[in-house]
Amino acid sequence: MSWVTKTLSSSLGKKLIMAVTGLSLIAFLLVHCGINACIFFNDGGETFNHAAEFMGTNWLIRTTEIGLFAGLILHILDGLKLWYDNNAKRPVKYAIVAGNNSTWYSRSMGLLGTLLLIFLVIHLRHFWVVSRFTDVITSGQKTLFQEMAEVFANPVPVVIYVLGCISLAYHLLHGFQSAFQTMGWNHPKYTPFIKSVGAGFAILIPLVFAAMPIAMYLQIIK
Amino acid sequence: MEGNMNLTLKVWRQKNAKSEGRFETFDVKGISEDMSFLEMFDVLNERLISETKEPIAFDHDCREGICGMCSMYINGHPHGPKQTTTCQLHMRSFKSGDTITVEPWRAAAFPVIKDLAVNRSSFDRIIASGGFVSVNTGNARDANSLPIPKENADLAFMAAACIGCGACVAACKNASAMLFTSAKVSQLSLLPQGQAERQMRAEKMVAQMDAEGFGACTNTGACEAECPKGISIENIARMNREYLSASVSSNKEY
Ligand code: FES
Repeated sequence: MSWVTKTLSSSLGKKLIMAVTGLSLIAFLLVHCGINACIFFNDGGETFNHAAEFMGTNWLIRTTEIGLFAGLILHILDGLKLWYDNNAKRPVKYAIVAGNNSTWYSRSMGLLGTLLLIFLVIHLRHFWVVSRFTDVITSGQKTLFQEMAEVFANPVPVVIYVLGCISLAYHLLHGFQSAFQTMGWNHPKYTPFIKSVGAGFAILIPLVFAAMPIAMYLQIIK
Repeated sequence: MEGNMNLTLKVWRQKNAKSEGRFETFDVKGISEDMSFLEMFDVLNERLISETKEPIAFDHDCREGICGMCSMYINGHPHGPKQTTTCQLHMRSFKSGDTITVEPWRAAAFPVIKDLAVNRSSFDRIIASGGFVSVNTGNARDANSLPIPKENADLAFMAAACIGCGACVAACKNASAMLFTSAKVSQLSLLPQGQAERQMRAEKMVAQMDAEGFGACTNTGACEAECPKGISIENIARMNREYLSASVSSNKEY
């Protein structure tokens, strides 16, 4: 085994992969949220459609997208491996676990991640598959904004999206600062800042995301 | 020492590493609230012996909170409800009439020997893999001949307060030994005496920790919350730094 694979397959290395891929997914979320927030101009989706078209056609963005999917898949596989391995480290479980020595969401990253994965499949099916693998958008039949308005006219997807955002918020609330700890960035000067930025990010981004289906369902944005 | 506390104890009984265990319930009467948790067990064991029954096996040594032997998982917490060792836990932390459940540390790397006693030699092997400094023989050096920043001395000392009891492993949902291992790595890497083996230490101790079958770290912080010596998870971040930088920069593979 080379030193690279040895390092990355150690327990610390597996966590490093989680941290680095997680932080790149966080960067993606920021861009995704910014683009989608264009619907709040409430101009019938004009600004949003422009932005979405740019993201869908620019070669640099499309290339980065491949990296993004690779990172996402690595985050999922590595996460599942860690979840499975860690579970086996306590073959006989405790009869009583007090559970008040840590937050429930920090102990439930695997579960929250699985919920997010289920949400992601639904979400990709709704928009990504439609805009990339059908000609609904490219043929000018519908704009992406109209597709959104159509999906979110139905209360079922709205509820699913809000639940997805809640899972995301808790996943980020632990994941953001945990990534820095894993990379060894625990420092009296920076850690308080990282923790507050992480908490702010974990609340704000899912809140803006959740506001989109709700606003469209209530026809505040149309 | 007579008292007026009456308790119901649910204790894990297991004949040996191979046999199946189960909980056994005992009523203990006349316990003083000034007794330590272990003294309460002594009272129960005296009774069991006089009834010619098998006393409950549990680990203990110093009974003053410095050796780390007294491993008991009490009502869902390693060392019980207070952030202290089981030997320093007093019965006044409980109320008469309480039911107390006592389990051994649970981890693949800490197999049960008997009842509440577990085998923690995996910790010894982690230490042996790199938790030391090499010192040449000869005359003793002058005290204070090595300048050490006060902050580093303090941090090293705080890490050195780890008594290796294993409460961090017991508390962690992954049975991870990161807090223990990182305290040992930190203690030595912060001091000038620990520089010679610094890279080798981080790499070897992490490798040994993984080989022993401890889990990975989810950064839940449960270990820090339960540690009787208040070891900080900042040490875990330091070990992550030490390990990752040693992996990318060491000249040799350890
Ligand atoms: S018996 Fe030594 S620390 Fe408890």
